[in-house]
Amino acid sequence: MSSEEGDQNPAGTATMRVKRGLAEMLRGGVIMDVVDADQAKVAEDAGACAVMALERVPSDIRRDGGVARMSDPEMIIAIQETVTIPVMAKARIGHFAEAQILESLAVDYIDESEVLTPADEAHHIDKWAFDVPFVCGATNLGEALRRISEGAALIRSKGEAGTGNVVEAVRHLRSIVGDIKKITQADSAELFEWAKRLSAPLPYVQEIAETGSLPVPMFCAGGIATPADAALVLQLGAQAVFVGSGIFKSDDPATRAKAIVEATTNFEDPHIVAKVSRGLGAAMPGLEIEGLDTRLSERGW
Amino acid sequence: MSTERDDLTIGVLALQGAFEAHLEALARCDVKTVAVRVPDDLDDLDGIVLPGGESTTMSMMLERNGLASKLGEVCSGSLPVFGTCAGLILLASEIVDGRDDQIALGLLDAVVVRNGYGRQVASTEVDVDVDGLSGSFRAVYIRAPRVTAIGDDVEVLASRNGDPVLLRSGAVLASAFHPELSGDDRLHEMFVDMCAAQAIEAMMNDTTLRTGCESACATERTS
Repeated sequence: MSSEEGDQNPAGTATMRVKRGLAEMLRGGVIMDVVDADQAKVAEDAGACAVMALERVPSDIRRDGGVARMSDPEMIIAIQETVTIPVMAKARIGHFAEAQILESLAVDYIDESEVLTPADEAHHIDKWAFDVPFVCGATNLGEALRRISEGAALIRSKGEAGTGNVVEAVRHLRSIVGDIKKITQADSAELFEWAKRLSAPLPYVQEIAETGSLPVPMFCAGGIATPADAALVLQLGAQAVFVGSGIFKSDDPATRAKAIVEATTNFEDPHIVAKVSRGLGAAMPGLEIEGLDTRLSERGW
Repeated sequence: MSTERDDLTIGVLALQGAFEAHLEALARCDVKTVAVRVPDDLDDLDGIVLPGGESTTMSMMLERNGLASKLGEVCSGSLPVFGTCAGLILLASEIVDGRDDQIALGLLDAVVVRNGYGRQVASTEVDVDVDGLSGSFRAVYIRAPRVTAIGDDVEVLASRNGDPVLLRSGAVLASAFHPELSGDDRLHEMFVDMCAAQAIEAMMNDTTLRTGCESACATERTS
C-alpha cells in the first residue's frame, strides 16, 4: 500500500488498512473450522493461526441438510475464552443481523459464507458498515471484486466445502490468478471491457493492472484434506488455507492438523511435506463433485 | 561509516505471518533478502527480521523446523534483529498470556502482554513521533502486544499513551506496531543502518579481513 493511500485514511480503528492488516498477519497459516471449545484447543495446539467457529462442519451440513445458521453465541464465547488466537465466525449471506451479533461478540473476522444457508437471494451484506473485517468466498475474479467493493477485506476461494475434494478450489484459484495475469497484459482501453466482462468496478480492475495482485489477500478454502492439498493451493497462489471438515472428520485430527500447518509453512519443500504426510491415518472420506445434490459454491453471485 | 547496501543480506523469518511485506520493504532499501524457513537459511546474515503474525504458531514452527536454538544463538551474538508485533513477543524476556511452551528468546529485557489492547475491533492506526525521525510515523497496530515493563538498558524510541511501542536495546529493535504495513520504509532504513554498522564492526574485529574493512570503510554510501 502506498503512503498516499495512508494519508487519505483517517487515523483510528476499522480503517481498511487495519482490516486487511489482520489478514496479512494470517498469511502462511492455517485457519481451522471448529464447532466447540475442545476442537478449538486442538486447533491451537496444532499451530492454527486462527479458528473459524461454526455450528456444524460443512460435511455434516451436507449430510444432514436443513438450514445452517450462525453458531450459538455461547459456543463462540466459550471458544474465545479457551484460545488466544483470533476467532472468526460465519454469518449467512445477506444476514446482516447475524453479522451484527458477531460484531457485538468482538469476533476477529466474519465469514459471510456460502456454507451456511443464504438469507438473502439478491444482496450480500454491506460490509463497509461494520468495524469487524469480513472474509468472503469467490469462484472467479469478478465475484472477488464485487465482494471487495462491498467491503470484504479478505477473499478466499469457495472450493466445494465438505467434500474433501480439492478440485473446485483449484478451479477457482486458477480462474482468479489466471484472469489477474491476463489483466496485467491488457492495455488501458481493454480494462473497460474487463470491468464489463467481470461485472466489477473499473478502479479495482485498473489497480490489478498496475499491481498484478488482488487488492486484498487471497486465501484458499473448500476441500483441503491433506498436507499435499495445502502445498498445492499455496503454490497456485493462495496465501493461507482454511481447512474445514478435512481435520475433524479425519482419523487423527490433532496429528493431521499439525501436519497441514507444517506443510503450509514449508509448501515449497516436498521433502518436508512428504515427511509430515507419513502415517496420518485415513483422511476424511471424499466426495465426487458430479454426485453432489447441493453445490455450495453456487450460492452467492 | 557505512558499507554498500547491496552487500548486506537480511533474513526475514518466513514461517507464518507478514513476512512478504517485510521482504518487499527491505528490497526497497536496496539490500539482499532471504526468506528464513530452515536452519541453513540463518547462515551468513547481516540482520534478521522477526515479522508479525500469530506468535504461538511461529513459536511452534520454530521448534518443528529446528530453528529455535540456532535463532537464539545467532541473535544472542551480535546479529541485529528487528521484531515487529509477534516478533517483539518472541524477543521479550517475559510473555504474559502466552502458552506455557511459547518461546521467549529473552533478547529484549521487556515484559509483554499478548493482544494487550484487545481483539481486532481495537486494532488501530495512529501517528507516533519517533526519536531520530523527522515528522510522524503512521503506526498500524493489529491485535497488538502491550509492553508493560522494560529493563534499564532498553531505550524507548516511541510511545503510545505512555506504553513503549518502539524499543531499542543494543542490536535489537522492536515495535508493537507494523512498520511493514504503513508504506513508510524509514524504520526499515533505520534497521538496515544498524545492520550496516554492525557489519563494519564485525569486519574491524576480524583481523583476517582488516584490509577488506578498510576498503569498505572508504566506500561512500550509495543510498
